[in-house]
Amino acid sequence: MIHNPKARIVSQKMIFPGCCLLTISSPEISRTAKPGQFIQVRILPLLDSTLRRPFSIHRVDREKGELSLLYRVVGRGTALLSMEKEDNFLDVIGPLGNGFNIPEGKKKLAIAAGGIGIAPLFFLLQELALNDNKDYVIYTLLGARTGEELILADEIASLTESFSGGVRIATDDGTVGHRGPVTELLEEVLANRLVEMVYACGPHDFLRVSAAMLEKHGVAGQFSVEERMACGIGACYSCVCKTNRNKGEQPVYKRVCIDGPVFYANEVAF
Amino acid sequence: MEFLNNEPNLAVEIAGVKFKNPVVTASGTFGFGKEYSVFVNLSQLGGIVFKSLTLQPCPGNPPPRIFETSSGLLNSIGLENPGVENFIKFYLPGLKEISTNIIASIAGGDVEEYAAVAGKLGESEIVSALELNISCPNVRHGGMQFGVSPSASAEVVKSVKSVTDKPVIVKLSPNVTSIVEIAHSVAAAGADALSMINTLTGMAIDIYRRRPVLGNIKGGLSGPAVKPVAVRAVWDVYREVDLPIIGMGGITCARDALEFIMAGAKAVAVGTANFINPRATVDVLEGIKLFLKENGIKDINDLVGAAHN
Repeated sequence: MIHNPKARIVSQKMIFPGCCLLTISSPEISRTAKPGQFIQVRILPLLDSTLRRPFSIHRVDREKGELSLLYRVVGRGTALLSMEKEDNFLDVIGPLGNGFNIPEGKKKLAIAAGGIGIAPLFFLLQELALNDNKDYVIYTLLGARTGEELILADEIASLTESFSGGVRIATDDGTVGHRGPVTELLEEVLANRLVEMVYACGPHDFLRVSAAMLEKHGVAGQFSVEERMACGIGACYSCVCKTNRNKGEQPVYKRVCIDGPVFYANEVAF
Repeated sequence: MEFLNNEPNLAVEIAGVKFKNPVVTASGTFGFGKEYSVFVNLSQLGGIVFKSLTLQPCPGNPPPRIFETSSGLLNSIGLENPGVENFIKFYLPGLKEISTNIIASIAGGDVEEYAAVAGKLGESEIVSALELNISCPNVRHGGMQFGVSPSASAEVVKSVKSVTDKPVIVKLSPNVTSIVEIAHSVAAAGADALSMINTLTGMAIDIYRRRPVLGNIKGGLSGPAVKPVAVRAVWDVYREVDLPIIGMGGITCARDALEFIMAGAKAVAVGTANFINPRATVDVLEGIKLFLKENGIKDINDLVGAAHN
């Protein structure tokens, strides 16, 4: 069921300059949302043509009926959203999209996040932590450009405490953790045959490199992908992602909003 | 029982088809009907115009397919659709219970394709009318090559009219020197109504990549940015051509819709606004109703072309 509430802003916090954590009150959405799903946020109440912006659900608090978005200010829409204050109301639509598939029995997992890509993966970790998690081995790999841009690393460490596997960090400048791209940590995990499934989200190049590694090691992956989106409900065919399932010479496109935003790694044509 | 008469008449007739009210959806923005049923009781609408159908399934253009501009939206979807046969088999049956006019939009690469698709759709009782998309700017072979030529437009209309009894609505392109000339030409060829306008061709450039933003380089501009162009086009054609007009281009609210009606449109289509406000169609409808009541207007038909008087 898709809801379209006017959701009150509970809080809006800056994680570091240009990165915000926005929490809204929406019992309907927070209680039914699955990790990997997203919401469409109306940016301006005006009748101009500013499109809604899609945001992965970053975490939910089902008891309080709240959900959070974690986003970077990258353009006009996110800049306007970042100026929204507590107790304002946002017109949101959700939950939308398919969400991550958590297969029964697969308990050795890697979560790989490139920068803000941690947004939907945090919710996945939250959900996995609710399960009887003694058997879970989850390697959480976080990448950032620099230590200052590490997102919620402490909170992620405590969230994943109960899983064996632990959190590993990579920064481009080496200020924290491994120096280099987070895909190097993923390569290590894959080469050592530590996991059966990889969940990833991040920049296009990060996903492209990760997909190649997964293929090389024969491990399945689920990627949360992004594309410019309009309707969010499968009507306009704007937000498509090219897939590998080519029918002859014709490409096959899938809609990120309803066929995704989560796709199997080998499905996406990079 | 005076109050019974207070409800203004919203019904309009276009090409022999009765519309319970003048608000329809613009092709390409409302999928194949069901998508918006979460937000809108589809039976409340005057009609639903589907995304254009081609003879064969069409994969569409490479992404990015949209880009937001000032008060507008550039798109180059490229007519992605399942093809007319899949549409008839898998989509159409589910629309039986919706009590509104179902208008199928047709696109094609040549005159024969338009006729072939029209022939197939013409057999369906669910379909009330056909809209000919001769104005899509986003596919190389199809659409706009017809819409910019008076003779080619007429040829498409004639070929479709020869295979179906359904009313034929022709969607006109604004990307022409004289939209009135094209309108005259399709009218003479037997068109029953006009939809206007389709998107305006445009493009945007990513200055960091030094590349066009859209995967297909150029796209069609829609949204409030194009509304004055569209209102002017409706105004011009209404004066010169004796065919009912469905007006569209940047309608977001009742006020916008009423501008089109007063310029000469008998019905209006809501397009891009659906993406931002999924209830835009019913909001427009409610707003029109309120305007009529507040201004003591008993019949929407009294406002059609009112600005010309």
